[in-house]
Amino acid sequence: MLLLALDTSGATVTAALHDGTSVIAERAVTNARRHAELLAPAIAAVLDDAGRDRTEITDIVVGVGPGPFTGLRVGVVTARVLGAALGVPVHGVCSLDGIAEDVSGTGDFLVATDARRREVYWAAYHRDADGAPPERRDGPHVSRPAEVPVAGRPVTGRGATLYPDDLGPAGEPFDVRAGALAALAARSLAGSGTAPTPVTLCSSEPMYLRRPDATPPGARKRVLT
Amino acid sequence: MTDAPLVLGIESSCDETGVGVVRGSTLLADAVASSVDEHARFGGVIPEVASRAHLEAMVPTIERACATAGVRLTDVDALAVTSGPGLAGALTVGVAAAKALALALGVPLYGVNHLAAHVAVDILEHGPLPEPSVALLASGGHSSLLFVTDVTADVRPLGQTIDDAAGEAFDKIARLLGLPFPGGPHVDRVAVDGDPAAVAFPRGLTARHDLERHRYDFSFSGLKTAVARWVERAEADGRTIPVADVAASFQEAVVDVLTRKAVAACVEHGAGHLLIGGGVAANSRLRALAEQRCLAAGIRLRVPRPGLCTDNGAMVAALGAQLVARGRPPSALDLVVDSSLPVTTVRVG
Ligand SMILES: [Zn+2]
Repeated sequence: MLLLALDTSGATVTAALHDGTSVIAERAVTNARRHAELLAPAIAAVLDDAGRDRTEITDIVVGVGPGPFTGLRVGVVTARVLGAALGVPVHGVCSLDGIAEDVSGTGDFLVATDARRREVYWAAYHRDADGAPPERRDGPHVSRPAEVPVAGRPVTGRGATLYPDDLGPAGEPFDVRAGALAALAARSLAGSGTAPTPVTLCSSEPMYLRRPDATPPGARKRVLT
Repeated sequence: MTDAPLVLGIESSCDETGVGVVRGSTLLADAVASSVDEHARFGGVIPEVASRAHLEAMVPTIERACATAGVRLTDVDALAVTSGPGLAGALTVGVAAAKALALALGVPLYGVNHLAAHVAVDILEHGPLPEPSVALLASGGHSSLLFVTDVTADVRPLGQTIDDAAGEAFDKIARLLGLPFPGGPHVDRVAVDGDPAAVAFPRGLTARHDLERHRYDFSFSGLKTAVARWVERAEADGRTIPVADVAASFQEAVVDVLTRKAVAACVEHGAGHLLIGGGVAANSRLRALAEQRCLAAGIRLRVPRPGLCTDNGAMVAALGAQLVARGRPPSALDLVVDSSLPVTTVRVG
């Protein structure tokens, strides 16, 4: 197995390779406005770092958000086109699940990321025992920070750093790592068919959670006054 | 020509997801998925709606183009993609897709200018472009006059619209007259039964003092206001709007200015050929008047068939193939999208 994972749902452009046992290369660049510019070089770099060829890739995993639309689509279209051109399957993973994967400790916690427009994307998780994968129990949703039902649970992710009054204090990690998405997907793919998979892989459909801003035109504006 | 490089081009600057395949200057496939129906009720292209549609259409359109061309993706020798100008979010989907293909196939990628691609597409239909030529590009997104000495390296802007694009004016007048979006084909259809001389609508930037500063520029917003004013007056007077006459008179005002300035540019710059592209090139009256005026001025007119005038992937592939043929270097993998890419930048480095 050589799994390529990538995510552009947040401010970080990240790519990683996983060989079925562990993450063998990982890159991350943080620049919220340059996803389309940075992702392809990051993928080329992880292949180079690991000394592997693109034709060895067996699976592609993409973070499907939720996240700001233009950036999110860069990862999704890249994954879909790579999948079509290399003839390998494309798996989607909720990007918030990737952040949850990196949260240590047990019990209940939330992941919140920046949804812009003074809102956050968030989901609630529970981890039974140390080392066990976290389970998403609610979400993902998009809400105003004050409307997130924190209920004393720790909040991790970039959203918590932006709105400390409502969600803080923020716990690490702040951003999703492609390595975490890769590990999560590798586990899920290895477990499929035998044990119940702890995290469900999904299609590569982006989780927009918001409808496009578009209003049909109203009555014709008059030019005569 | 079987040895000429196989080039796949991707276009996503507005509401058409286009993927074209050419070998040298031979067109093999031109697959287009349009989101125009999703924009119709808004009376204009909604960028986020267009971007979402590009994402969904990208892989199926690439696959359809390859199937039509009878080639496999692994046969492709080079890729070309529109880097700009256009809607940033829409361009981003195409550029990311093209980079992924370049990465997966290990072939060079050319980020190209959308306007230069509108010029290059005619090579597929009418052979090598005589140099120099003048190109008139008119669509819902742009209205430009270009002086082309080398479509791969030297395209100079002579003039452009200073307000609305020509196609945008057609959309707005169509709405005013109760015709559907996009307005161009409907105004054209209705105008057939109208008198183009019924109303003397203004010709923007054609007065002597305007010509000094805006010799080859266009302006359609004054015309749009004049039509709206005329219609409102008629309504206020309780008259039935003579839709066909208004459409014909409006259309005449647009194509009169477009062709008059285009022919003047050819004459003044010593170009023996005029090329017309963009969606408005499908307008029957524009074609007829351009033919008549070019004939009178001794200029050869080149207009690609309508499917190649509107935005498509074949035009991008056509320009890519020219860049390959002329040995131009490809773009880097960190190629950027530029929503206002100047036409002087044919190929993004
Ligand atoms: Zn165009």
